[in-house]
Amino acid sequence: MIRVGVDVGGTNTDAVVMEGKKYLGGTKCPTTPDILTGVENSIRGALTEAKTNPSKVDVLIVGTTHFVNALVQRLNLANTGLIRLCLPSGSSILPFTDWPKSLIDGMGGSYRLIKGGYEMDGSEISRLDPDELINAAKELSNLGCKQIAISSVFATVRGDMEQEAFEILTKAVPNLSITLSKSIGGMGLLERENAAIINASLKPLANEVVDSFKSLQNNLKLSCPMFFTRNDGTLIEAAEVIDLPVLTFACGPTNSMRGAAFLSGLDNALVVDVGGTTTDVGEIQDGFPRLAGTSVMVADVRTNFSMPDVISIGLGGGSIVSSEDPLSIGPVSVGHELPQRAKVFNGDTLTATDLAVAAGRCKIGDKKAPSLTSLDKLIEIMDKMISDKVARARTSNKVIPVIGVGGGSVMMPSKVDGLEVICPPHNDLANAVGAAIAQVSGQVSRVVLVDDNIDRDSAIKEVTEEAKKLAVERHADPKTISVLTVSDMPLSYLPGNNLLINVTVVGDLLLETN
Amino acid sequence: MSVKKLTFVDKKSLNAIALGGAVLGSGGGGDPYVGRLMTQQSIEKSGGVKVIDIESLPDDALILPIAMMGAPTVMVEKFPSGNEFAQLIPMIEKMLTKPVSAILCAEAGGLNSTIPFVAASKLGLPIIDGDAMGRAFPELQMVTFTLGGISATPMAMVDEKGNGCTFDTISNVWTEKLARAITIQMGGSAMCSLYPVTAKECKDYLIRGSLSLIHHIGNIIEKHSFNAYEILVKELNGKHLFQGRVRDVERRTEGGWNRGIVRLEGIDEFVNRDAKIDFQNEFLVAMEGDNVLATTPDLICVFDANTGAPVTAETIKYGLAVNVLGLPCDPIWQSKEALDMIGPRYFKYDIDYKPL
Repeated sequence: MIRVGVDVGGTNTDAVVMEGKKYLGGTKCPTTPDILTGVENSIRGALTEAKTNPSKVDVLIVGTTHFVNALVQRLNLANTGLIRLCLPSGSSILPFTDWPKSLIDGMGGSYRLIKGGYEMDGSEISRLDPDELINAAKELSNLGCKQIAISSVFATVRGDMEQEAFEILTKAVPNLSITLSKSIGGMGLLERENAAIINASLKPLANEVVDSFKSLQNNLKLSCPMFFTRNDGTLIEAAEVIDLPVLTFACGPTNSMRGAAFLSGLDNALVVDVGGTTTDVGEIQDGFPRLAGTSVMVADVRTNFSMPDVISIGLGGGSIVSSEDPLSIGPVSVGHELPQRAKVFNGDTLTATDLAVAAGRCKIGDKKAPSLTSLDKLIEIMDKMISDKVARARTSNKVIPVIGVGGGSVMMPSKVDGLEVICPPHNDLANAVGAAIAQVSGQVSRVVLVDDNIDRDSAIKEVTEEAKKLAVERHADPKTISVLTVSDMPLSYLPGNNLLINVTVVGDLLLETN
Repeated sequence: MSVKKLTFVDKKSLNAIALGGAVLGSGGGGDPYVGRLMTQQSIEKSGGVKVIDIESLPDDALILPIAMMGAPTVMVEKFPSGNEFAQLIPMIEKMLTKPVSAILCAEAGGLNSTIPFVAASKLGLPIIDGDAMGRAFPELQMVTFTLGGISATPMAMVDEKGNGCTFDTISNVWTEKLARAITIQMGGSAMCSLYPVTAKECKDYLIRGSLSLIHHIGNIIEKHSFNAYEILVKELNGKHLFQGRVRDVERRTEGGWNRGIVRLEGIDEFVNRDAKIDFQNEFLVAMEGDNVLATTPDLICVFDANTGAPVTAETIKYGLAVNVLGLPCDPIWQSKEALDMIGPRYFKYDIDYKPL
């Protein structure tokens, strides 16, 4: 099966063509302000290098930072209103609590608390009042919110009330677009609600992005199915991204770590991804990124996405260097203007890349590297920036390799924090490779009453079988399915043990090949 | 150890208090984040809270301990209405026919380390620097006041729906039984005021300085993140019990308790070794094979090895790398009478308490 993987980063857009596990070709192009030109350039370049006709491509897989960037820059966010089904509970912590003001301003920050929600045993706190709901939605709509997020207390135990609210509003106020917190899932009302609000605010952009990628497919004569990559390194169909763009949020770091594991053949290692502006450090365990503990901050908002635990620093190939006292590197970067502005390209700005060339770590550019009296000291500062973060990303003293990936990885020393640095072939395109090799997941959450008839282990096994079935329906190859995560949580004070079991399995994509 | 005295709590100091409270929670007592946000919202609306020494009050002043009762899991989904304390405190004042002079934190661990600030802020009352546990414990009678024969009642309890209820019982164990039953009916969490004491009674049984202490611990974690555990071991005379990765978390909810076992696989200097921690809301017993590492009433605290943040029994997850610390409990808990109430045998573990 021939796959094209694309990863849109802040500085560069990478594309690779792969046949099974074989790398056929790839390119790196600057990310363009309109995104799509960069994507088109890189896919064309990769197909040419791989000598592959577009008609031979079986699947196109895209990882993009569109959505997280929009959030970080507070751009293209739709005015969003939240309706929380909770009263009489809930008012002691209001929605949008602890959000940065600039982000609240970016999407309005309007909300209504109304009657509803569930107790932990699934009984109603109070019944949903359709009139109250419709009024709340109309008020929010009058404030300019066409996007509505709905959250309900214990929606993870019972999703019916959010669903009911969705159906009532779809009939009564048809011009609204609605995100339900249960489709994002996870315990913690505030975190789930935050994720739902963010999702809602990104939906119009998601629609545009998917549409534009579809027309791009036409331009490139790629008539194959298109998928996007999710936060956990697995695939989501384009149609699903329109409704749930937040599921693709953290795919950048995930893709680069998955790509690093694949290219190096290592399942357990630290990954240092040096880009044009920033460096991300994370860890892969059994081939997948180590996930952050409990809650994750996204653009300074607490959410409950499963995201890789990544430490970032403002150091990249384009980081601007001050060679006068006080010596400093970054965080400001020349970004994708590196080929014009770096000294080794006859430019006028001293960058981290110039330091690496001067120190003999790599050969880049057409000009000799500048000679600097403070070179040794600057290199020491640069190496320390990376090794500090590597030390923090480690969870043990165990000696494991460090995989260097990304365009800027040529700047890395041969050892970091006492660990050997491995730079596998094509490591500058690791994130596009990670997208190309993305797998299919099946996730099932189900409540099981554990009693004399079924114990915890058998219950988990049953749910696992269900998840496997789902993955197969989503085109996973049954022979390759393995369990990624299992968790179980007790639900209630009812007699017996009601367990909420969550299982995620992954397998390789199996499509009918051209 | 030098702990800076806490005299006033505003929005800025809340994060450290919640963090330190989570540490003394010993894995239990609920997500301090929710408590912090509640307090923050309350302080924004009603102002900060003065922290005072018990000695500054006349002997006959009425002091009201405040706590949330119920399952921590409920509180991350179902937040209080915020009107609970305005209903609760008049209920108690009416029963005692006396106005309240100060609020006391019943339990300086977990969510309950912050909840009393909500009450104090809403009612414009000061809060006493101290508590009645020095950590988190799972049952209502497990406070120093019980050792002094002080009754938990008259006690009042309200839920977010506006239901209120008062108790008059023959023993603190009965209060626990009845109040727990009502908590379940109220939907798993309720706000209560219990052990109303005079300043004189309070002076004899108060664990002093706990609020300053949690603020101090929180500051250490904010400053030293993943290295904080090393400093805490030194400053609090604790022990680094284990470093490992979570390999299994088995949970069950029984009669209102979040019970289970966390199994750890050693890393770093603990490689090739396994440990397990039994929890019943709080982490109660840590073992390596047959070797007991620590038991209640000493504190078993778990920290995320990457961030240094305290980890609760509710949120601990497969794959997380953690440091496990043992911290000594207040000496008041080491008497035979106290151990009968909060020692390992009370929680049905067939082992004796051995101080760290």
